[in-house]
Amino acid sequence: MNAPTTQPSAPRDLTAQVLGPTLSRRIGRAGILVPFLLTFIVLAVASPDFLRFENLANILDQQSGIIIVACAATLVLIAGGIDLSVGAVYGLAGATATQLVATAGVPAGIAAGIGIGAIVGLANGILVTRFRINALIGTLAMTYVVSGVGALATKGNLIVAFDHPEFQKLAATSILGITSAAWIMIAGAIAAAIVLARTALGRYVYATGGNATAARLGGVRVDGVRVTTFVLSGAAAAIAGILDGSRVLSAQASSGAFLTFTVLAGVVVGGTSILGGEGAVWRTVVGCLLIALIGNGFNLLGLDPFYQQIVLGVILLLAVGIDAWSRRLDS
Amino acid sequence: MMDGPVHLEVQGVVKTFGSTRALDDVSLQVRAGSIHALVGENGAGKSTLGKIVAGVFHPDHGSLVLRGIPISFSSPREALDHGIAHVAQELALVPQLTAAQNVFLGAEPRRVGFIRRGHLRARFDDLAADAGFEIPADAPVGTLTIGRQQQVEILRALARDAQLIVFDEPTASLSAAEVHRFHGVVRKLAASGRSVILVSHFLGEILELSDTVTILRDGRVVRTASAADETEASLISGMLGRTLSRTFPSKAPPAADASAALVVRDLTAPGVRGVSLTVREGEIVGLAGLIGAGRSELAMAIFGAVPGSAARLTLGEEQLGGSPGASIRAGVAFIPESRKDEGLFLGRPVRENVSLANLSSLTRLGFVRRGAETRRVADALRGVSGTTALEAPAVSLSGGNQQKLLFARAVLGSPSLLIADEPTRGVDIGAKREIYEHLVALAASGVGVLLISSEIEELLGLAHRVLVIRAGAVVAELEGDAMTEEAVLNAAFGADPVAG
Repeated sequence: MNAPTTQPSAPRDLTAQVLGPTLSRRIGRAGILVPFLLTFIVLAVASPDFLRFENLANILDQQSGIIIVACAATLVLIAGGIDLSVGAVYGLAGATATQLVATAGVPAGIAAGIGIGAIVGLANGILVTRFRINALIGTLAMTYVVSGVGALATKGNLIVAFDHPEFQKLAATSILGITSAAWIMIAGAIAAAIVLARTALGRYVYATGGNATAARLGGVRVDGVRVTTFVLSGAAAAIAGILDGSRVLSAQASSGAFLTFTVLAGVVVGGTSILGGEGAVWRTVVGCLLIALIGNGFNLLGLDPFYQQIVLGVILLLAVGIDAWSRRLDS
Repeated sequence: MMDGPVHLEVQGVVKTFGSTRALDDVSLQVRAGSIHALVGENGAGKSTLGKIVAGVFHPDHGSLVLRGIPISFSSPREALDHGIAHVAQELALVPQLTAAQNVFLGAEPRRVGFIRRGHLRARFDDLAADAGFEIPADAPVGTLTIGRQQQVEILRALARDAQLIVFDEPTASLSAAEVHRFHGVVRKLAASGRSVILVSHFLGEILELSDTVTILRDGRVVRTASAADETEASLISGMLGRTLSRTFPSKAPPAADASAALVVRDLTAPGVRGVSLTVREGEIVGLAGLIGAGRSELAMAIFGAVPGSAARLTLGEEQLGGSPGASIRAGVAFIPESRKDEGLFLGRPVRENVSLANLSSLTRLGFVRRGAETRRVADALRGVSGTTALEAPAVSLSGGNQQKLLFARAVLGSPSLLIADEPTRGVDIGAKREIYEHLVALAASGVGVLLISSEIEELLGLAHRVLVIRAGAVVAELEGDAMTEEAVLNAAFGADPVAG
């Protein structure tokens, strides 16, 4: 008892000390840029159409909804959660907003759509924190509930607002050759990046996902942080749904089925860890754009789109594999 | 030294991790039926050596000779096939399976693919009886105490007919009674002709238990000697390469008119029963007690980290309460027991780790003021002579420097009360000394300190007053000449009914 104590030497710590901070972090932090730039250069060389401004602007416009949701999803994942309900919220909010545009006007439609997203997000947050339901299962259940509500409310119909072209201005106004939807996406991504990197909330998001017990003992209101990320995620999914409804002046409640997976793929390819505590918004943006570039390349080069899915799957596995590998070096 | 035949010989083993040489030309002989201890500071290489013997690591150079035959293991399983088992500090059991299932995991008696449950159970009972363990065979291992779980691991080694067992810090998380029982087990293993390699940082335990001691320093063997020829002082000077006096910084008594920094009245919480205590400004109050007595639970309850605690807590003039955040704002700093599980964000930079608890004082409109943050963090770290690489991830620091991050976090908020739960656990002797000095300096500046430690000598050396906790209640309050190791142990074990 009165002996001076020493800890057992920890060779795994040693490995992390020697390799982890340099190698694994460098790969984790900037690694996403390498495949992105490679893909970009290959496409620029292989397809004369790729570098045309219209093509690039079109990619941004098409990806605006996905990237908005992915930026919020990045916060959710870093805080240690996951939100599978974004696709369902996207569909319901888009349909609701489009419907209300006809009856109550554009502002009311937008407000109602975002409100629905925020409420579903709040419900998700409460399920995960107060009722301690696993986020994966809780938001999966919420997906069914929200999809069901959407199907009931719209009776499965396409909701149209063709006679309200003013709604289209929200997403399809061209500013400097880029659509307003893309500008909203850029603004949203910058806002999310600033919140995460510069504010106390962002710091708490990392802390909550990195070590919830330590965060709590450090005075962080862990549950509040988690709920906030889910509300932001729900609202972002709603904004994406509204923008896409505005672009084509129509929306279908069931249209978001694939969105959840595209978003998660973009976040994870960007190197944000599915286990929480690590990640960055800019990497998510690059991850989403990488996936978009691959899709664009398949189109431009006239490749069999079936291969596109295989390529995406392989990229996703590589991203997750690199994350697991760098974590092994770290701990 | 024991004169039995050589069971295992380590010859010129070198092991490097990246650019760090963890073991450098290490040679030693383990004699059959002996207990051979490995001691050394953090990073001296003792755990690494134990893992090389057990096949967890493969040496870069050098060789192992088992009963005269050179061998090389590529996995722990191969080592086990040669009769060498490794019992790590963190036990490798499946908590949902029963003790018997764990013991035979991967080597279940089978007939055409089906596990012979009766047979398995009978063999478990035989093994447990031979070893003298009373383990409920059908209880899920997760429901057993750590001491019992360790016995399950020992049985697992015995079930594979292990002849040499490597124990890595086997008693670090055991209660005193469990330690006693474990020592009996090790002696019995040796008496039955098995050899034991014991990696431990409890020098008293090593001297009492082992036949031979090898001291390691910076991956090299300092000496191998008979335990009978060593003393705690000789072991320490061997590890350090210099003689370090085990003195504590001199304690300045709190001012006679010092007001109370913390007053706790009738605190009841999970694991805490009706505790009342006072910590005065500038006073270090030690909380002694056995593991599981409720010391950490008490600290957590005072800090507001457990819901449902009923008490009147006052910090100076302020009523304390509710949540860790409220406590921090009221001027309480808390250093939790486990820096990795409860304290640090290992992947995040030093700067963020240190500023976290007081981030709200470093923001404007929700934005972190990076300049002010960097300045405050650097100041706080300088105060505890910690690292100055603010952007390095916490995981890259040594245990002692990680602990200093928690100290820096505590002093950054200029607290009026510090609750420190095992602040020197798992740090090397040099860092320990520095932490003692910081604690004493903090108290001298008027901060009240509530110090929890499992090292009685540490409490006696640092605290002005020691409270002994047993079964969630304060059973003794010792001060002045009454503060002796014997009095603390008597109260902690309930041997001597000191009034509480």
